[in-house]
Amino acid sequence: MLAATLVCTSIALIFFWVPEDADQGFSQKIFYFHVPIAITAYACFGWGALKAFVHLWKRSPEADVQSYVAIHLGVIFGALTLITGSIWARASWGVWWTWSSQQLVLFLVLFLFYSAYFMLRFSVDPGPARANVSAVYALFGVVLIPISFLAIRLANDFIHPVVFTSAGPQMAGSMFFTFCVALAAMLALASALYRLELAGKRLDATMKRLREALE
Amino acid sequence: MIRARRLSRRFGQKRVLERLDLDLEEGGFLVVTGPNGSGKTTLLRLCAGLLAPTGGELRVEIDRGGIGFLAHEPLVYRELSALENLELFGRLYRVPERRERTGMLLERFGLWNVRNERAGSFSRGMLQRLALCRTFLHEPELLLLDEPFNALDAEGTELLARELEELRPERTFLVATHDPERLSPLTTGSLTLA
Amino acid sequence: MRYFRDVATLARKDLLLELRARDTVPAMLLFVVAALVVFHFALPADSSDLAAYGLLWVALVFTALLGLVRSFSAERDQGLLDGLVLAPCDRSAIWLAKALAMLAFLVLAEIVALPAFAIFFTGIGWKTVAGVALANLGICAVGTLLAAMAAASRARELLLPLLFLPLAIPIVVGGVGAGVVEDGGRYLGLLAVYDAIFAIICWASFEYVVTE
Repeated sequence: MLAATLVCTSIALIFFWVPEDADQGFSQKIFYFHVPIAITAYACFGWGALKAFVHLWKRSPEADVQSYVAIHLGVIFGALTLITGSIWARASWGVWWTWSSQQLVLFLVLFLFYSAYFMLRFSVDPGPARANVSAVYALFGVVLIPISFLAIRLANDFIHPVVFTSAGPQMAGSMFFTFCVALAAMLALASALYRLELAGKRLDATMKRLREALE
Repeated sequence: MIRARRLSRRFGQKRVLERLDLDLEEGGFLVVTGPNGSGKTTLLRLCAGLLAPTGGELRVEIDRGGIGFLAHEPLVYRELSALENLELFGRLYRVPERRERTGMLLERFGLWNVRNERAGSFSRGMLQRLALCRTFLHEPELLLLDEPFNALDAEGTELLARELEELRPERTFLVATHDPERLSPLTTGSLTLA
Repeated sequence: MRYFRDVATLARKDLLLELRARDTVPAMLLFVVAALVVFHFALPADSSDLAAYGLLWVALVFTALLGLVRSFSAERDQGLLDGLVLAPCDRSAIWLAKALAMLAFLVLAEIVALPAFAIFFTGIGWKTVAGVALANLGICAVGTLLAAMAAASRARELLLPLLFLPLAIPIVVGGVGAGVVEDGGRYLGLLAVYDAIFAIICWASFEYVVTE
């Protein structure tokens, strides 16, 4: 499974060498990283919220761990989104940060929100209480995404940023295909990491159980 | 009324209760003893529904309104008077004839004269008496008492012992205590936690 | 009907507690005025009125935080949340009652803050007031639930601002927009949507925050 996803990722990388955008040149290729990573981050947060809901519904501690891992990955991908976005902004417009990119601003807000998730989780002792509280917070997050998006869009009216047209590139056939492969690769990567981390946690738990049984 | 099978509860790494089996029939009076930290309070909080088990199963066949819980803390608002506190809980527990019942309990526990004073000004023993009033206020069928004789002076102890005797019939009790002999005439079973 | 009677009982209790202790509301009043004074010194001489509006909202959000941190302090310090959770009433009534009490405190603070702002900086139109009113609902609803979450943790006073500020961003956008933009109605709409959605979620999920 792991091997397949990594191959997938590398294929996407190879494809990079194929089309190069007329306007922006090589730097535009960051787009193939940036947007799939962003979409993957959203997917992770969504999955985390889904598992959180399952946990509250079924009171299942498994679901709590799954939710945590998903959100953990989401934050990592979110940080990558911010970084790649920043690099792209630097390459395209010469600034490290721009408030006019609604995508980036949204991610910044979400990054803050989900970082607080970890602060919350680590300041409550492990147990059913922590799982419940984390789950509720994860659900808040997923609701915050559309509302923040709306808010940020409206905010542009009075923040009057320097307007950079940040429209995506025109997607020619081969570009679109590359994009899709990159997206698939990112999602597969996330999925593999998710499974890996979960397996690791399960192993931890089993070890703990064994240790206790031996005591 | 209470049934536990392999009940376990851990806090992080610490395992406080482990695979505990418990049966408390209706009308029973079970006394729980054990050294500090053995899990008496945890067991009571589990039965009250304040904690969820981390392993095993626990069934308590009565809904929230029928449980009277006496915790380590008195669970009264320090800024409110004794009367106001009981009024509050009386309303929340939908106690019928609230005023009469409140007055009666305050008198029973010797708090009638200080009923309008802030609970924050009470001594520890008086707080315990007020907490007992709160516990018995809604005439619960299941009583979970965590060291009820704690902090009570001789008079308070008398009052409580008398109240327990009166309430004994038709109610179920689970009492954690360091002093089981005092309750032995009422006891139907005992459990010692390690 | 029982539900609303429970809410009334609990809200009355919270208001009574504040009346006796008299610590939260005076602190909020003093804080908001002090913050406005600080902002006067923080704004360069030729700043627009618009910048002042933004700072008004910053002041309001942090004043609300001040109140929210103390929201569950009695229950937390004396373990009283157990007492309330054990009662047969719906747990969401606890949330609603606290949120309503908090709303009262916040409105009291604003009765002083808004005129002070008008005197120190610039006048306030009806849209700003409407924005403040709508924002209050969102702040109290979400803030109360987060306060309960933070109360369960070890790092209470530190955690609540961290949890609250990201969620407060849409509120600030809505509030500032309503006062500043020509066609401010959309921003009031944003606030209304925020309030409606989050109120429902808070109402439905409070039970899970305070029980196991």
